[in-house]
Amino acid sequence: MSIDTKFVHKMWNDQELSKMVEGGIPFPMLSDAGGKVGTLYGIYDEDAGVETRGRFIIDPDGIVQAYEVLTPPVGRNVSEALRQIQGYQMVRESKGTEAAPSGWRPGKMTLKPGVDLVGKVWTVWKTEMAFD
Amino acid sequence: MPEELSAGCARPAGGPVGENIDASMEKNKDVRKEEMKMIQVGKKAPDFTAPGYHEGKFVNVKLSDYLGKWVVLCFYPGDFTFV
Repeated sequence: MSIDTKFVHKMWNDQELSKMVEGGIPFPMLSDAGGKVGTLYGIYDEDAGVETRGRFIIDPDGIVQAYEVLTPPVGRNVSEALRQIQGYQMVRESKGTEAAPSGWRPGKMTLKPGVDLVGKVWTVWKTEMAFD
Repeated sequence: MPEELSAGCARPAGGPVGENIDASMEKNKDVRKEEMKMIQVGKKAPDFTAPGYHEGKFVNVKLSDYLGKWVVLCFYPGDFTFV
C-alpha cells in the first residue's frame, strides 16, 4: 500500500515489477491517497506526504501480532517476516502451549512454558541458538 | 529557475511560501499530530477499505474480508522508488 493511485500501481507492475517477478505482483497493490490508512496505522509521514516502510502481520482473528517500521532508504528482510509468521503459526497451532525462543525457525526446538521450566531455560536453550 | 534534484528514495514535497501561511500550517500540524498514534501489537488491526490493482483488474479491498487468513500489510513510500 502506498499513496500512489491504482493506475500508477498498474504501470509499475506492468513496466517494472513484472520483469522481476514472473506474472507480476500476485497480491493486491493498494492505494492510500491522502494517507488515511497509513495515519490509522501510525506510519504516515505527514511532512513528506508518503508512507514509511511499515509492515504488519495480522492473524486470522484480525489481531496485529507484529510490526516493523523503517525509514525509506533501507529495504526489508523478507526472510525475517516469513520467520515471524511461521513462529506465530506454530504458537497458534499449539494453542499457546509452545513458544518460539530467540533465533527459532521451523525445525528448531520450541519451549513449553510451565512451572517446571522456570529458571531452567538455560538447560534446554543455548545462546548459539539465537543465531543462524 | 528550476533547481535540479537528485532522485532519492524519499519524495520531497513542496509547500506554500510566505510567513503567514507557514504559521497557520504549523498550528494545524500540532492538532493533527495528537491524532497520530502507533497501533498496538496484540490488539485488533483497524479495518479499512482501499482501491487497488490486482492481476490485471482494478479492485476494492476490505481488510476484514481476510478474517480467517494470515495477512501481511506492507506500506512503502512510493511506486518507482528504488528500494
